Amino acid sequence: MSELPPGIKLEKEDDKIMTLNVGPQHPGSGHMRIIVKIDGDYIVSCDPDPGYVHRGEEKMAEYRNYITNIPHLERPVIHDSCNILYPYCLGVEEILGLEVPERAKYIRVIASELNRCVYTLYWLAIYGIFLGHSTMFMWPTGDRELLIDLLEKLSGARVTHAYFIPGGVRNDMPANFEDVCIRQINYFEKRIKQYDSIFYSNPILKSRTIKTGVLAQQDAISLGATGSVLRASGVDFDVRKKEPYDVYDNLDFQSNTLKSGDSYARSKIPWLDMLESCRIIRNALEKIPKSGSVRVKLKPNPKAGNVETYKRVESGRGSLGMYIISNGKPEPYRVKISVGSFRNLICLPYLLKGEKLGNMPAVYWSLNYWPVEADR
Amino acid sequence: MSIIAPRFRLGYFIKSLLDNVFWIIILLTLIGIPAIQVVLFFIDLPVIEGELLTPFLALTWLADPSRTLPIIKALMQTDFFKIAVFPGFGFAALLAAGTIFIERKLLAKLQLRVGPFYCGKLEGILQLMGDGLKLISKEIIIPAKADKPIFWAAPLLFVGAAAAFISLIPVSPGWVIADLDVGLLAFFAIIGFFPIITVLASWSANSKFPFIGGIRALHQMVSFEIPLILSLLGIVILTGTLNLSEIVESQSNFPWIIFMPIGAIVFFIAMLAELERIPFDLPEAESEIVAGWLTEFSGMMYGLVQLGSYLKLYAFAAIFVVLFLGGWNGPMIMPQFPQEIITEGIELGPISVTIPGLPLFTPEMINGTFWFTIKTIGVIFFILIPRGVFPRIRIDLLLHIGWYKLIGLAFVNIFISLSLLYSGVLGPGGMM
Repeated sequence: MSELPPGIKLEKEDDKIMTLNVGPQHPGSGHMRIIVKIDGDYIVSCDPDPGYVHRGEEKMAEYRNYITNIPHLERPVIHDSCNILYPYCLGVEEILGLEVPERAKYIRVIASELNRCVYTLYWLAIYGIFLGHSTMFMWPTGDRELLIDLLEKLSGARVTHAYFIPGGVRNDMPANFEDVCIRQINYFEKRIKQYDSIFYSNPILKSRTIKTGVLAQQDAISLGATGSVLRASGVDFDVRKKEPYDVYDNLDFQSNTLKSGDSYARSKIPWLDMLESCRIIRNALEKIPKSGSVRVKLKPNPKAGNVETYKRVESGRGSLGMYIISNGKPEPYRVKISVGSFRNLICLPYLLKGEKLGNMPAVYWSLNYWPVEADR
Repeated sequence: MSIIAPRFRLGYFIKSLLDNVFWIIILLTLIGIPAIQVVLFFIDLPVIEGELLTPFLALTWLADPSRTLPIIKALMQTDFFKIAVFPGFGFAALLAAGTIFIERKLLAKLQLRVGPFYCGKLEGILQLMGDGLKLISKEIIIPAKADKPIFWAAPLLFVGAAAAFISLIPVSPGWVIADLDVGLLAFFAIIGFFPIITVLASWSANSKFPFIGGIRALHQMVSFEIPLILSLLGIVILTGTLNLSEIVESQSNFPWIIFMPIGAIVFFIAMLAELERIPFDLPEAESEIVAGWLTEFSGMMYGLVQLGSYLKLYAFAAIFVVLFLGGWNGPMIMPQFPQEIITEGIELGPISVTIPGLPLFTPEMINGTFWFTIKTIGVIFFILIPRGVFPRIRIDLLLHIGWYKLIGLAFVNIFISLSLLYSGVLGPGGMM
């Protein structure tokens, strides 16, 4: 070694490896950073670094009473605001001992399914543009307006609805809502079936996503994946089926499962869920009581005893649970939010290791991950 | 639905047309005529045919066809006109600008959007001009550690190489800037410049994402050049020449795409890859490597690269038309211009109109340009359509397509043309 001329060093193993900071100022990262080390075109290691949009929702919840907590708790995921308020309302109803009217339960199911579709369309649009398919970005973004209009009729707001409250929903459905809803949902179902021909049957999309980022069934369980990621790996776990809340046990639907566990399956499960949501909404509109109250009367500053509760629902990104502890004061002692986004993100380093750099967006966004919700 | 899409209305359309005409007339009279007067006032005036050319006389000549037409005709025969206006840069830039406009409107219609609408009042026809003004007015930012001379030179080289294509394209009989005997070889030579320019641009930026993009572009261009060149060998075998004008003339009875559809398909796919169009736009894959080798370019440097890539798009489409679709050949649509109108004038009832001098364009030239433009726009349309339908492909799949499938198909094409030649069906110069 000593015979080498001065200034020339032997190449080390590390010199071949290039570190890429994908994010936070990167069109393909979201509000986070992924530190990717690549050797040629292959990813050697991947280190997701979330936390750029941490807003301290859990701490904020400890300074507000049970009613004023509602508007800020939906902020982590404003596209899916009904579903993130759902476990909170279920929990507060249990610790305050409120009995929700039957009509309100059905309205909640309708609103939460509509909101799941709104979120999924937004997610699908970004998945499309991540793979370079600009039509798949524009179509879901346009069709999202159909459902947003329905939710605007229902709650008055386009995205941040604040529609669910402990003891029911804020207001009743407008007079002609059922007819408009059936009409829009029929059209929407027809539209999303067209996505299959332009996106899911596309040969280039199949060649890019099938057999990339395969998450085996046992790995999915041990890594704690949830929602569409878990069901794409062949584990039939849907909170709506396994632990039915409100009126989901009266409704006729099925949970979708695929066996392969690759990016293609993970991107197809939410699309199948949207078709299922249309079925649930139609079923709920048939079974809903035609009249009745939609909320129970609340005291101005309700207090609970020394109780604690854990409730979870199936959101657009998997199971979303809230653990609420009360110590007899008007404010909750602790609200712990457990979100599907963060639990799915844990799979990312395992899936990306050894993949090609070109597969990074296809695997990353197929995890059904929403950075703002993961940071809370 | 709460989407408010502006609807097409004939009244608004006509009104916007008239508005634009009005402003053109106003600007010409207010700026153009004083400008001509000022120029004529200051330049050294020549003596022509024994009388001094005063500004007044010059303006009189502009209105007298017997004096202006020969001057314009003489001007049109110069090389400067051919390079700058037709069939050179002006014609190509017009078609490239039209391509950008058509691409945006077409993609918008495909994706249930409106596209550019307000700029220029007429369906957003001036949007490109607005974008260009914006790009010119932006600050040019250069990375601190960039290799500055090469970084500055790369966009200029790119546009220059793209413009060099245009000199080879025969638009109509006799209308080509450089009628080379080795035209096709010159075309391959210019293609060879682009990988070098791309790598220079990406490496000199001294940044990670442009570097990865540049290496991808290098892989892609180099591996698709081979099927691109091989797919054209069949035509060279059958025509026996490399001159592009002669290749067009050999297709006066039938275009070569009838006998070599496989070669046309291979050339089209390789063309998409050379142009970095979707689905082969992975040197610019934004979700992985920001904007690829274009990441560090800003302002008009980015604008120049875009201009170059659209000129390249036009040039490749034109080469496809010249080689496979018969170039300027097509049915005659221009009626023959009667000779006596030129020499004797035309009688329209009480008044008689005289058009002296020579007609500026021959009917063959107008007819050839018409068919060439129509075919080129058709090919550009097919280049643009995949952008709305396909996602981006991955680099290993791309190289697989290039090396395994396209090269094999190109050889099949060569064998087809050889069998046509030896079986005596076709030979150099067309049908035997």
